Amino acid sequence: MTDISQTLGSAPAAPSKHGSLFEKDARTKKRNAAESRFKMYGIAAIGIGLLMLIVLVTNIVTAGTGAFQQSFLELNVELKEDKLDKKGNRNIEDIKKVSTFGYAPLIAAAVEAEVQNLGIQTDLTPKEMGGILSKAAQAELRNYVIANPDEIGKTVSFRFLVNSRVDGYMKGRVTRGSIANDKSITVAQLDFVDQLRDAGVLYKAFNPDFIFGSDASDQRPEAAGIGVSMLGSLFMMFVVLALALPIGVAASIYLEEFAPQNRLTDIIEVNISNLAAVPSIVFGILGLAVFINYMHLPTSAPLVGGLVLTLMTLPTIIISTRASLKAVPPSIRDAALGVGASKMQAVFHHVLPLAAPGILTGTIIGLAQALGETAPLLLIGMVGFIASNPPDGLVAGFLSPNSAMPAQIYEWSKRADPAFYERAWGGIIILLIFLVTMNTIAVILRRRFERRW
Amino acid sequence: MNDMTRVERAVDSKAIKIAANKVQVYYGDTHAIKDVDVQIEDKTVTAFIGPSGCGKSTFLRCLNRMNDTIDICRVEGDILLDGEDIYDKRVDPVQLRAKVGMVFQKPNPFPKSIYDNVAYGPRIHGLAKNKAELDEIVEKSLRRGAIWDEVKDRLDAPGTGLSGGQQQRLCIARAVATEPEVLLMDEPCSALDPIATAQVEELIDELRSRYSVVIVTHSMQQAARVSQKTAFFHLGNLVEFGETGQIFTNPEDPRTESYITGRIG
Repeated sequence: MTDISQTLGSAPAAPSKHGSLFEKDARTKKRNAAESRFKMYGIAAIGIGLLMLIVLVTNIVTAGTGAFQQSFLELNVELKEDKLDKKGNRNIEDIKKVSTFGYAPLIAAAVEAEVQNLGIQTDLTPKEMGGILSKAAQAELRNYVIANPDEIGKTVSFRFLVNSRVDGYMKGRVTRGSIANDKSITVAQLDFVDQLRDAGVLYKAFNPDFIFGSDASDQRPEAAGIGVSMLGSLFMMFVVLALALPIGVAASIYLEEFAPQNRLTDIIEVNISNLAAVPSIVFGILGLAVFINYMHLPTSAPLVGGLVLTLMTLPTIIISTRASLKAVPPSIRDAALGVGASKMQAVFHHVLPLAAPGILTGTIIGLAQALGETAPLLLIGMVGFIASNPPDGLVAGFLSPNSAMPAQIYEWSKRADPAFYERAWGGIIILLIFLVTMNTIAVILRRRFERRW
Repeated sequence: MNDMTRVERAVDSKAIKIAANKVQVYYGDTHAIKDVDVQIEDKTVTAFIGPSGCGKSTFLRCLNRMNDTIDICRVEGDILLDGEDIYDKRVDPVQLRAKVGMVFQKPNPFPKSIYDNVAYGPRIHGLAKNKAELDEIVEKSLRRGAIWDEVKDRLDAPGTGLSGGQQQRLCIARAVATEPEVLLMDEPCSALDPIATAQVEELIDELRSRYSVVIVTHSMQQAARVSQKTAFFHLGNLVEFGETGQIFTNPEDPRTESYITGRIG
């Protein structure tokens, strides 16, 4: 044995045509270099993509988180009976006759009392002191009194929104320099704000009204919230889901499993693919012409928005459903038909359950796409509408005018007051949270129900 | 090739189960099956052999109208099952397929439990009145599929988790669960290893006592081992049809002889 191994070890390498395997020839080196170059390009591309994503997310988060915080001023308001209910019989109709304007003196008095209480020295008039509060404060107070008429005559503690300039000052967006030409706030008022902040009654806190509240007019950015447009989006998604899923799945099953292969089905197939690529604004015009001008459905209603988005989502759902039906191996259909199942039994008992995760994924992605769509809503009047009241009831939710999340964001970004800019970014954060959640659900469903055969 | 000696196996004249007369099959413009006349007997294993693309699988799929699922396929001529033309307008292919079961080349259990795989056919045909009856049918079918002992403790396990040979026997059990009269097998062993093949072949021999079995196979040894009758197809024609022993030892047609001796194919 030793002899053999020795001869093997010491045997001179036979002169091979290809040279030694231990040395790379020029051609191999070149190929390897090309391969590693290509890998580098790939890594660079991914790196650039990630960098962009990081920049985008940081930008959105830094610009938008401010919207979730708002500055509040705590006050004890005495609900004077002689101002609010002169007759003193707590008749709700009489109380309602006092307009928001009538509540202004109460708030001014409360600010004055608070200033004396805290021992703050200021030269401001009570009106100027009250000026740091939001115009929404009086309405808030009035709503409270109308809801609780028994509280009249008592002193109640409130947490009022301050106006957007003061809020901006608290967040660092507004400075003494930047308000030089601003008529709505003075340097003296900012000094007063500093004193209140040091006293601990004016502070920043989490503002749930931004998430759950309704939009507000141009004058009161601090009171604007996305909640009502979120409801609008929700009602639209109901419509889309209720129409696009059954219609899309039924159409796909018929086309994929039952329809004969002929010129007509070919034309339908090509047109479905074309529809998926049609710009969404075209669907908006179609919706305007058909649903509003011809069928006279209410403008700005989530029902119409949902119908338009259904048209837009259908091709996406049909294409993904057909793809997942196609992915079910024909052997499963053969097996079912072979034991005497009818075509419909084969499809519904065996093919559809296997295709379900794909169909669900396609549907959720279609819904997410519809949720973020703005352009078609522009044409049916859901953009620019100020959704100031939450709909009362289910029917009103579908039929009464509303906005949608992306439309609301677009609306805020158009407005002049820089405080709305912050809210637009905040709205984007909420919208993105919805989209990411939906896509995550899609991925989880696909993973969980994915079957191998 | 020792099986060749089994010439004198019992071949008494039995009832004709399926009679095909002048069957033509077209795929679009291609004439895939030309003038095939064949008579398949009851309680007999009939093997279809021939080179790839000769039309034996196509012809097999005509016998339970599985070709209906292919749009461009057209069948002419008569195929009579117990004297009834299965291509008659009044025939519902679904009912036909309950009578003529099929086992495919690749084991294709449903991605469900073993129990559900077998119970599916009886369920859709309403063969069991209650759970107990269904249990009984499932057990009987799995026994006939010679797989009961291997799976009786895990009927809830997915059918796709079995080995290839077990899957194929499960598919046979599934096919016999609907109480068919004819069992069509399209190369049932081509995806199996020799041991699984032997098991399935043994099973086919047992099935012969109840059903008329038609098997398509590429393996001439297999045809010789399991069948009593053999049909040799070549280029869409039925070249020769007769007793298996006869075909393999003393073929009449020179093409048959060249094929079984390995000169064409």
